[in-house]
Amino acid sequence: MTHQEAAPEPTGTAAAVAEPPLLDVRDLRVEFRTRDGVAKAVNGVSYHVARGQTLAVLGESGSGKSVTAQAVMGILDSPPGFLTGGEIVFQGRDLLTLRREERRRIRGAKMAMIFQDALSSLNPVLSVGAQLGEMFQVHEGVSRKEARARAVELMERVKIPAARERVGDYPHQFSGGMRQRIMIAMALALGPDLIIADEPTTALDVTVQAQVMDLLAELQRELTMGLILITHDLGVVADVADTIAVMYAGRIVETAPVHQLYKAPAHPYTRGLLDSIPRLDQKGRQLYAIKGMPPNLTAVPPGCPFHPRCPLVRDVCRTDPPPLYEVGPGRTSACHFWKETLDGAR
Amino acid sequence: MAHDDAGAPSSGTPAPGTPAPGAGQPGTSAPGTPAADSPEPVLEVRDLVKHFPLTRGVLVKKQVGAVQAVDGVSFDLHRGETLGIVGESGCGKSTVAKLLVGLEHPTAGQIRYRGEDISTLSGRALKAVRRNIQMVFQDPYTSLNPRMTVGDIIGEPYEIHPEAAPKGERRRRVQELLEVVGLDPEYVNRYPHQFSGGQRQRIGIARGLALRPEIIVADEPVSALDVSVQSQVVNLLERLQDEFGLSYVFIAHDLSVVRHICDRVAVMYLGRLAELGTDEQIYEHPTHPYTQALLSAVPVPDPDARTHRDRILLAGDVPSPANPPSGCRFRTRCWKAQDRCAEISPPLEVPAEFRRTPGPVRHPSACHFAEERTVVPNG
Ligand SMILES: Nc1ncnc2c1ncn2[C@@H]1O[C@H](COP(=O)(O)OP(=O)(O)OP(=O)(O)O)[C@@H](O)[C@H]1O
Ligand SMILES: Nc1ncnc2c1ncn2[C@@H]1O[C@H](COP(=O)(O)OP(=O)(O)O)[C@@H](O)[C@H]1O
Ligand code: SF4
Ligand code: SF4
Ligand SMILES: [Mg+2]
Ligand SMILES: [Mg+2]
Repeated sequence: MTHQEAAPEPTGTAAAVAEPPLLDVRDLRVEFRTRDGVAKAVNGVSYHVARGQTLAVLGESGSGKSVTAQAVMGILDSPPGFLTGGEIVFQGRDLLTLRREERRRIRGAKMAMIFQDALSSLNPVLSVGAQLGEMFQVHEGVSRKEARARAVELMERVKIPAARERVGDYPHQFSGGMRQRIMIAMALALGPDLIIADEPTTALDVTVQAQVMDLLAELQRELTMGLILITHDLGVVADVADTIAVMYAGRIVETAPVHQLYKAPAHPYTRGLLDSIPRLDQKGRQLYAIKGMPPNLTAVPPGCPFHPRCPLVRDVCRTDPPPLYEVGPGRTSACHFWKETLDGAR
Repeated sequence: MAHDDAGAPSSGTPAPGTPAPGAGQPGTSAPGTPAADSPEPVLEVRDLVKHFPLTRGVLVKKQVGAVQAVDGVSFDLHRGETLGIVGESGCGKSTVAKLLVGLEHPTAGQIRYRGEDISTLSGRALKAVRRNIQMVFQDPYTSLNPRMTVGDIIGEPYEIHPEAAPKGERRRRVQELLEVVGLDPEYVNRYPHQFSGGQRQRIGIARGLALRPEIIVADEPVSALDVSVQSQVVNLLERLQDEFGLSYVFIAHDLSVVRHICDRVAVMYLGRLAELGTDEQIYEHPTHPYTQALLSAVPVPDPDARTHRDRILLAGDVPSPANPPSGCRFRTRCWKAQDRCAEISPPLEVPAEFRRTPGPVRHPSACHFAEERTVVPNG
């Protein structure tokens, strides 16, 4: 049961060798205890991200991306969610050993989260200026006037036009794209080292998505933060990520530097996803379709969880869960037949 | 209902046509009409307008304006073809869909089915036409009544059109439909919550097929689905089209899916069509700035494309359709806008400079300063 320990340290980038990762999640496990049974929503997830680096966590809905992020942030809905194992090492300390008070201080100040639905994460009856300013008043004890000035500064930083005039406006008075910028501003307020963005542009139109992603990438570079970008969009990932972790049924099935993953995936699920997407630059005939559906997490298939849908399935896959194989520098795959997959077998 | 801008098409007149050399009777062709050998249109939409009144006051309602959700849209749909309508949220796509299937009544304009204007029909005549134009809805999670069984949902159209299937035969028909869309016929007695998103979308498609329509208007049929399931549903729609000779109006905001499934594409912005053409014309030879910006904003699933892509970042947001800009509606975000753009609304027609140019740049584009710009790297 300790195969996740096999997850290798990245050896690909010089920076990653020189300094320990900003965040190192090891063998994380979360389950939801519900009437329908125990759902292992996160089932041994390991990933890490360094300062100045963008890790994309890619997966279909229900694969456990958000729950992993909630566990890292310490905002897991509990009950019904329970953290049943693993470590979350942030700047050298295992967060799971910290006292609640300490944990809360880290949240917001050192790591911050951006959610998909900005409207429901902002307070509808408080002006955005008040909400931004409150962060400075609470965490840094600055005066109201000072807090407001800092709020304007932040709004300018995320390129809200006429920030000074709009600082007193309420969330509903802003467009979806601008609200998401305000969410980014809130996340940045206290100068965190790590940002977790959970589907930050999924609800936005493409032209607005492009603006918001550009802003996020620019700020991340400028402030050399670590960024975990959670998404199901293979296009967005290709645009901004340094490394990718692909999730399926509560597990990471493949981790790789972005260029390598698109060029030669080492897991049949990743390959299936890449083959299924229609392309803007190609007319193409019939789309490849992964057969079947993602599993119900209260009854994940034995052996390899992907085996009922996998074109390469063999007997061993039905009984033996594949360990996380190291398949190259900074690359892992949870597939018994990663080599064949890497060589192009479909 | 007067338009505040000069060039807006007035209802009743023929759509600005493509002067396709030697083809088509004058005055009846729609913009973007394909070559002369394509089959006759099953649907002709002309100067379609839908304004939703904006009212103020509780007891005495006073109209204070109108949301110009659709404001002069014209296109043809040919037999067996798939016409895509793309555009950003709120541009009027769903309103067009609802007008086409009769869920909304147009403020002005015509929708001709096999030559007959269905917006003037009523009673039995209208009902007969409606049978042939069915809709598949956007959201598989909310568009199915949770208290109805799958059998009742798929068979519901037979309640409205009892002549389509005798009572005793309906259950068998429903089971057949389930099979056609790749679901187990034994599922008839289950409820929607027992199905995944992809399965629910199949149920919606089965219902759309129940009356054996000629035309299916699909409003974002795959937008709520995950990629692995989305491709299953896209393939299903394509198979059904071949099998039943269906014509589709396929509405989506995902330009990659539209390219994959559509023969022709209409790009919509703030209630009007900006550009109309074949998939090659729109994706490889766009001439309207909005189309170019829209295409360039789509993230390409290829990390190597990061460096050599032509990205156009639009400033600002889409203006409110209750108070659209005068002239060209795109002008507040357009980097090429000139004074003329604020004064004269550019009609949707082949731009003068391309009328003599053979090849794919010659297609309707509602821009005074249309020019070709290739933004999608060739794959
Ligand atoms: N019944 C209505 N009353 C008033 N305004 C309406 C009504 N239906 C739609 N609208 C408005 O008309 C405009 C077009 O709406 P529509 O639903 O057609 O957009 P859409 O292109 O389908 O957008 P999306 O991509 O978000 O589905 C929007 O501004 C919308 O708010
Ligand atoms: N509060 C909750 N109660 C019960 N189950 C939950 C809860 N939150 C998430 N889950 C379950 O955990 C699994 C993973 O969810 P999530 O991490 O949100 O997926 P995604 O990858 O789409 O972000 C899903 O099966 C989901 O239904
Ligand atoms: S372990 Fe077997 S079933 Fe799982 S992905 Fe690899 S080949 Fe497919
Ligand atoms: S008509 Fe003017 S504002 Fe409109 S798209 Fe063309 S250049 Fe831009
Ligand atoms: Mg999620
Ligand atoms: Mg819509």
